[in-house]
Amino acid sequence: MLNPKEIQTIEHDVVVVGAGGAGLRAAIECSKLGLNTGIVCKSLLGKAHTVMAEGGMAAALGNVDARDHWKIHFRDTMRGGKFLNQWRMAELHAKEAPDRVRELEEWGAVFDRTKDGYISQRNFGGHRYPRLAHVGDRTGLEMIRSLQDYGIHQGISVHMECTALDIIKDGEKVSGLVAYWRETGRFIVFKCKAIILATGGAGKAWKITSNSWEYTGDGYALAYEAGAELMDMEFTQFHPTGMVWPLSVKGILVTEGVRGDGGILLNNKGERFMFKYIPEKFAAETADTEEEANRWLKGDKNARRPPELLTRDVVARSINNEVKEGRGSPHGGAFLDIASRVPAEAIKRKLPSMYHQFKELAEVDITKEPMEVGPTLHYFMGGIRVDHDTQMSRVPGLFAAGEAAAGLHGANRLGGNSLSDLLVFGRLAGVGAADYIRKNTGTINLDEEQVKISVRRATDILNRESGTNPYLVHEDLQQVMQDNVGIIRVEHELKKAIDELQRLKKDTEKVKAPGSSQYNPGWHEAISLRCMMITAEAVTLAALERKESRGAQTRLDFFGEDKEWQKYNIVLRKGKDGNMEVEKVLRTSTSPELERIANSTIEALDAEVAAEKENLKIS
Amino acid sequence: MKYNFKVFRGDKDSGGLVDYNVDVDEGMVVLDVIHRIQAHQANDLAVRWNCKAGKCGSCSCEINGKPRLSCMTRMNEFSPDKPVTVTPVKTFPVIKDLVTDVSWNYEQNKRIKPFKPDPKKKDAKGYVMFQEDVDRVQEFRKCIECYLCQDVCHVLRDHDRKDKFVGPRFMIRLASLEMHPLDTEDRIPAVRDEYGSGFCNITRCCTDVCPEKIQITDNGIIPLKERVVDRYYDPIARIFGGGKKKQK
Ligand SMILES: Cc1cc2nc3c(=O)[nH]c(=O)nc-3n(C[C@H](O)[C@H](O)[C@H](O)COP(=O)(O)OP(=O)(O)OC[C@H]3O[C@@H](n4cnc5c(N)ncnc54)[C@H](O)[C@@H]3O)c2cc1C
Ligand code: SF4
Ligand code: SF4
Ligand code: FES
Repeated sequence: MLNPKEIQTIEHDVVVVGAGGAGLRAAIECSKLGLNTGIVCKSLLGKAHTVMAEGGMAAALGNVDARDHWKIHFRDTMRGGKFLNQWRMAELHAKEAPDRVRELEEWGAVFDRTKDGYISQRNFGGHRYPRLAHVGDRTGLEMIRSLQDYGIHQGISVHMECTALDIIKDGEKVSGLVAYWRETGRFIVFKCKAIILATGGAGKAWKITSNSWEYTGDGYALAYEAGAELMDMEFTQFHPTGMVWPLSVKGILVTEGVRGDGGILLNNKGERFMFKYIPEKFAAETADTEEEANRWLKGDKNARRPPELLTRDVVARSINNEVKEGRGSPHGGAFLDIASRVPAEAIKRKLPSMYHQFKELAEVDITKEPMEVGPTLHYFMGGIRVDHDTQMSRVPGLFAAGEAAAGLHGANRLGGNSLSDLLVFGRLAGVGAADYIRKNTGTINLDEEQVKISVRRATDILNRESGTNPYLVHEDLQQVMQDNVGIIRVEHELKKAIDELQRLKKDTEKVKAPGSSQYNPGWHEAISLRCMMITAEAVTLAALERKESRGAQTRLDFFGEDKEWQKYNIVLRKGKDGNMEVEKVLRTSTSPELERIANSTIEALDAEVAAEKENLKIS
Repeated sequence: MKYNFKVFRGDKDSGGLVDYNVDVDEGMVVLDVIHRIQAHQANDLAVRWNCKAGKCGSCSCEINGKPRLSCMTRMNEFSPDKPVTVTPVKTFPVIKDLVTDVSWNYEQNKRIKPFKPDPKKKDAKGYVMFQEDVDRVQEFRKCIECYLCQDVCHVLRDHDRKDKFVGPRFMIRLASLEMHPLDTEDRIPAVRDEYGSGFCNITRCCTDVCPEKIQITDNGIIPLKERVVDRYYDPIARIFGGGKKKQK
């Protein structure tokens, strides 16, 4: 057994885990505030999930429609989240997003422009006004590259291809982090006063997902094991349109823009099935005949929106049902047809990357044939529970931001609200960590015993004589989650998943990775299994606990929203007996003013904002 | 359908091609085959990837000797009669199997003087710049840092002049800064003296392999060379350079 004294040790004031938008923005802030800052990430710098984001970043800049305002963005976010969002976080996000976008431009980002030379903004689902700052359909790349190119000159120590294993505590407080270098398999200990987790989500626990190998819920698991709480874990967003064929691209995203530009959904009988699935609540605003939907597409302002543009959860559920009842496409999805609706040239102009993606990967010419699409696990609304202002979890010194944290999105995220989330709360987590460190000046101890346990757990996987194949355990887990904790949930399946997870946990304890510790993906996979198991269990328990359908959670046995449940968030933590505890936590509103804004009619709020702007001009 | 794959296994000291016979299903890409080998035949086979959709630039390697993204290379391009070889990019040192040490690239990026915007171009609503002025910069900013262009450029690949030339990826990074409408920094002397623009002899191999179809040579490197020529007056080169003025 390795002597902890021989392990490489590096000291920082703060270690940021994750180098996506949230982690990079947090590290930049920490460094600006004078902290000795380190950032660790599993991949190379610039390859985090953020790079894949397409549509844009929501901020009420008002460049395209001057009527926009933070209050309206705030209201949209609360309604999109079905009122389970944390009020204060939704307020901070809406207020600060415009400054964060402009700051990114200051650091070198080149957004698409309006005619008068400002940052352009586009329409997106759930956003009242054109609000998404964007660069074609590669906004995430622009964001991560701008942060990266700025960040490397800020004196931050970057530790790439370095995976965090466990948080070390001195009493209640954070005192360090154990990690290993992927290249050599050697261990490293960071001694630090604060840690910011910006590790993203956990889509890889499902079989069909738009997420990459990195999304194994490491941040959730590390925080949970260290004593922090997880919240809103039942809300996993299934995007309705992922590719279903070929195998190699199953789950890869097909942008909402296809439907926005006129694409329709058909089953194998050629039936435009979405008309059958219009919920009560939306009936007044949705076309109920093809004739009316077609008029909308042609620009008739009196016609109502086609049902293909209902919210993500509704569309995803409908496709799912068609497939279940035997009306699916050959590869188990629905047909998404734009070819027969829009001229070929217009498709290529408006949806260049979708054209390219299908042409290259599926050999489908979307200007001639329909696409096959189906729901894909896309995003975690839930995550680490943090204080609304400081972003600190209940573990002193442990912070979280971005997809790893819970609170902003409630039961459902609006498109474009993630990229802005990363910048707003990445920065605030940096500020929070700096404050915390300033107030906690005492020395901290790195407990060698905890380091030993962490290292031993990882090396056991290599040293075992024989054991289960980590890739096969992972496949097994993905199937269990796909089958039982999918888009439609029901008690007996959720309970089955819990039993299956107990079995899989035992398999995980016996995994064996053949080969050496040097750049060994089998070993890396085996290590991440523990994190996926914790995340999967949290999602399943929370889904079982919430006995209603709201936002991204759909219960077959509890139809529709239940007013009573709007009062609670579900929180999970490690109990004294080592088992996962679930608790319904009563929501408290911090401000009657915020409630008023969120509940006003859009007409009243528009008028209020206009009057405010008028006053500002006069004074 | 059964395919024979020959994959490089080894590290910087030793290694060679190892045979794997794999079942390939319809629609698979090379990266899927590598993953299948990894899951069933060689758990410790090292490979980098992230997005599986040509967006992150992680999965670069050489397939039958050609620099490619393995996630965007479909198996039906190849016939099952002939083996498919997959080797790491040649220009950078192997760490293990298909994973190479690309840290040199990160060092080059750090050497480039950062963006310095002109505060005068800002009003209360933010910076003002027009779409037609940012189009060419946006082309360069599509770069996903796959380093395939670095891999194929003979200055780096065959002559190993990494001490003198930053390579096509960073030439277009320089171009994106020099042509940025807000930028006030001057990097032209460094383009010649530190980043080695003179080493590029416009073979266009980099442009040919770029998965983002960026016109690296024509839109990036040549205009930079022209700016160098303009600055350091050289009558002969100037005739070819067209004598453009220094401009942002
Ligand atoms: C295809 C696609 C399109 C999208 N489009 C949009 C869009 O248009 N608009 C929008 O707002 N959102 C969009 N999203 C969602 C958004 O991109 C993500 O939610 C967001 O980028 C997450 O950023 P992050 O900073 O929280 O984490 P990430 O960018 O995912 O970064 C996570 C980081 O944590 C690191 N990490 C994880 N575990 C460990 C560990 N154990 N040790 C060390 N490091 C670790 C990873 O290496 C990585 O660096 C999209 C998502 C996808 C998949
Ligand atoms: S054009 Fe220049 S940079 Fe590109 S491959 Fe040829 S020599 Fe290298
Ligand atoms: S310029 Fe093209 S080939 Fe070179 S790194 Fe960028 S995307 Fe890759
Ligand atoms: S995996 Fe991202 S480009 Fe291939």
